[in-house]
Amino acid sequence: MKKTLTLGAVVLTAGLGASAAMAQSLNVVCSNEQAWCDLMAQNFEIETGIDVAIVRKSTGETLAQIRAEAGNPKVDVWWGGTGDPHLIAASEDLTVPSGVDVSGQLGWSQSMTEMSGGKAVGVHVGLLGMIYNTEVLAEKGLEPPACWRDLAKPEYEGEIQVANPKSSGTAYTELATLVQLFGEDEGFKLLAEIGKNVNQYTKSGSAPGKATARGENTIGIGFMHDMVNLKKQGFPVEIVAPCEGTGYEVGAVSIINGTPNMDSAKKWVEYVISAPAQSAGLEVGVYNIPSNPDASTDPDAPDMAAVKLIDYDFATYGASDTRARLLDRWEAEVKGAGGVVEE
Amino acid sequence: MKRVAVFWLVVGVIGWALLPWYLTQNGFWRFGWLTDMSGTNASALGAALHDKPWLWLPVLGFVGAALSLGLARTQLAMARGLFASGTAGLALLMGQALLIGTRFGLWEADNPGIGAGAFVTASALLFIATTGVSGLGKGRGDAFVTGLVGAIVALVAIFVFFPLTFILVRAFELKGGAGLGFSEFLPRFFSSTIWGIGCITGGGSCGPAVNSFLLGLSTAAGTTFMGLMFALIFTRTDFRAKKLLRVLTVLPIITPPFVIGLALILLFGRAGTITEFFSWAFGWEKTRWLYGFHGVWLAQMLSFTPIAFLVLIGVVEGVSPSMEEASQTLDANRWQTFRYISFPLMRPGLANAFLLGFIESIADFGNPLVLGGNFNVLSTEIYFAIVGTIADPAQAAILSITLLTFTLSAFLAQRFWVGKKNYATVTGKGDSGRHAALNPVLRWTAYLVALPWAFFTMVLYALILFGSFVKLWGYDHTFTFEHYLRGFKIVVRNGVHFTGAAWDSYFTTLTISAIAAPLTAAVGLATAYLLVRQKFTGKNAFEFSTMLSFAIPGTVIGVAYIMAFNFPPIELTGTGLILIIVFIFRNMPVGVRGGIAAMSQLDKSLDEASIMLGANSATTLRRVILPLMGPAILAALTYSFVRAITSVSAVIFLVSARHNMATSFIVGRVENGEYGIAIAYASVLIVTMLTVIIAMQLVIGRRTLRRADRVEAH
Repeated sequence: MKKTLTLGAVVLTAGLGASAAMAQSLNVVCSNEQAWCDLMAQNFEIETGIDVAIVRKSTGETLAQIRAEAGNPKVDVWWGGTGDPHLIAASEDLTVPSGVDVSGQLGWSQSMTEMSGGKAVGVHVGLLGMIYNTEVLAEKGLEPPACWRDLAKPEYEGEIQVANPKSSGTAYTELATLVQLFGEDEGFKLLAEIGKNVNQYTKSGSAPGKATARGENTIGIGFMHDMVNLKKQGFPVEIVAPCEGTGYEVGAVSIINGTPNMDSAKKWVEYVISAPAQSAGLEVGVYNIPSNPDASTDPDAPDMAAVKLIDYDFATYGASDTRARLLDRWEAEVKGAGGVVEE
Repeated sequence: MKRVAVFWLVVGVIGWALLPWYLTQNGFWRFGWLTDMSGTNASALGAALHDKPWLWLPVLGFVGAALSLGLARTQLAMARGLFASGTAGLALLMGQALLIGTRFGLWEADNPGIGAGAFVTASALLFIATTGVSGLGKGRGDAFVTGLVGAIVALVAIFVFFPLTFILVRAFELKGGAGLGFSEFLPRFFSSTIWGIGCITGGGSCGPAVNSFLLGLSTAAGTTFMGLMFALIFTRTDFRAKKLLRVLTVLPIITPPFVIGLALILLFGRAGTITEFFSWAFGWEKTRWLYGFHGVWLAQMLSFTPIAFLVLIGVVEGVSPSMEEASQTLDANRWQTFRYISFPLMRPGLANAFLLGFIESIADFGNPLVLGGNFNVLSTEIYFAIVGTIADPAQAAILSITLLTFTLSAFLAQRFWVGKKNYATVTGKGDSGRHAALNPVLRWTAYLVALPWAFFTMVLYALILFGSFVKLWGYDHTFTFEHYLRGFKIVVRNGVHFTGAAWDSYFTTLTISAIAAPLTAAVGLATAYLLVRQKFTGKNAFEFSTMLSFAIPGTVIGVAYIMAFNFPPIELTGTGLILIIVFIFRNMPVGVRGGIAAMSQLDKSLDEASIMLGANSATTLRRVILPLMGPAILAALTYSFVRAITSVSAVIFLVSARHNMATSFIVGRVENGEYGIAIAYASVLIVTMLTVIIAMQLVIGRRTLRRADRVEAH
């Protein structure tokens, strides 16, 4: 009996002690790279004097968390990550309009804000592209790809890696891009042909790029700003913007519905779209395109003007029913068609 | 009985009348509530008098208990009264917490998350009820036993069943929010996308259920075998470098999960060192064989062999030499002795090691994620059903149920195999203390299997350490301290400042794990004690229920915990407490398994002797059983500490900005391709854990079974 009591007391002590530090401040979930999250939080604290607690989680994890917490959120702001989950959160009323003035932002940022009813403000753009490992390519005596159609060439059999669109937003952007470029039926035909060359549908969108950099794979598909980072780290890779044109994602920032810290949250949104805040990204190797036209960018970063872009239709391809239909079709026509996918 | 009941009655009334009933804003131990006992800091008495009359309800339980204590003429009547009033009070307390002013609420009212007062009151009511139960003659009339059963059942119900209901019920969701039903569950559950056997019949790929099952069997068989070989070398041979071997077998368990996968890629991947070597030396084609079943299996073997070893070492050591001597006296040779005496006596250990290996393998998330390729298993499928491009909680729940079905089957199979035989060999009777040596064939098999494996592990870790000191692992091998500096820089100027990026999560992780580990071990071993030593109805169901949270993938647990504990009555999200709780209930089964294996070897006559000499069960447990459980306690402590530090999937949803964990920091770096700092951090964690484990080993030490660390002369 004494023992049980002691145990109870210990649990109580431990528990109550651990829950002690819950002071009021701004809780931010960040879906960007860790270093970028930390730097932004630090600069924000210096600028505004508001205490920030920041944690990094992937977009899928964040969406799952704010869904589960709906009604009594423990997070105030969600910053970064691809735009689609932000749009889903907006349509499910998990986020609220920030009311921040976005008139000084680039066009795509404004249209993102408009599309979500002011709930998701566009903060950066990431362009879709290809990456290849120069050493492996030379070893195999292959030509580098230049266009999406090149990927369907039979000599690339077993050399291409791309993520699974059912688990990765990156791969879904690729799927939607090809469908918009070539039309739905033609797009799926091309995807199935490329699928014959794919050695692995990875779970995470950035995995193909990393595997390519390490020579585990020859050609990968993903976002170009991740690839620039790999190239700068010293891996033998080259980056290709597909000749037919390419799609992109718009990263966003949203305020969670039900936050008790609306004022601080709004300040965060205002801060992350300001030029000085976005320029700081260069210090930690952020190579996506910022939404503020006055923010400085790296010369090696992808340039929207130099790359042929499609007019990506977020409203249509971000909608849940279109998604479900395209993914079912992908499962049946692309993954089901098989290829040299290794078991 | 009366004394105990009075004690809890007093505790309960104090808790109700004086402690803050609700969660206090600034934590309990700051005692800020002492000076301001109004608002949310009010005790139940204060709040009940002020504006929350429903808080009078639990008092009915205390009134009932007091009346039974004062008025009951017979012991039996008093016991019945205590049981009835305790249960009623508890029911009223839970009823008001769940139904007034919450999301299941019947009435609109301000009824926030419960805190210290409610906790103490509820515990007191529970123990009043269990004391009553003991008075009814259950649990041999021992209030300690019934109290322990009551406490553990209550904890498992609140922290395992309650949250899991939230997620599992979604398996029966009908499309379009049309409620619940079986009509869609059955076709989805038996769908060929889950159960496809194409890889066996030769027509494509298998479903994740089949993949998980095959992988689980292979891993469990492999790790149990390997664990046994190591355990035999330790206890039955004169092998010289036992200490080094011990460290090596423990290393993988203290490694954050993805690190092994990464090292394997650098060795065996398409561009790996060994692959390159064979390609260069023999002209073999460089393939990607690692990505799939083989790679995951290899990584799991490396990760989970230590668990099998930890379970087996205590058991193999415990097998009584006198049995072996008897066998040899009866003219059996060494092989016969091993085959017919020692090996059968190790059955509980083998069965538990196998069960753990199987469950670990099918619930493993890190290795299949890094090395799985297109080999889909349940755990990763569940994760992506929750966080994928289309969130499908129903599918995640269905897959979780599949996974639980496997666990249940493995659990039943284990019970069947161990059977109802008696494995007690630690009896308190004298023996020579020296184990029979292995016969030469077995000894050399053990050496040949275990030593290359140990060497392999060593190479892998050397590589990991190397990776943390070079600029870009695999490409630019210039020596650098940069990764360590970025993570763990300390500036000494006007005091000591921990400026490295990793310090915050490092301290949080250590604190939380250090709190969680002893609690986990205590809950686990207490459960094991009940399962092995006490008889009560529903024991089998109770045993299985303690395994539930371990068998379910962390992702599901994480989401379930958010759903259950984000709202009153129990509001824990965003605190460190939720992390501690999730670790306790997720890792407790290891303590339970290890405890059961070790305890089933201790002869009941030891307990009986102690009880006959006038000790009660609590004293017997403390003075007789616990000292004999050294290795099991150590294993439970070590394992729960380490698991709290290295687990990923369960904490991903539960970490918050204030309480971030090391693994989620590391995973974030890996996702960004910054392997250097990730590996440097992992190395620091490995060294930390190793130090702690060695320290624990020194403190807890070995049980002195008079089993000398030597074997009979050959």
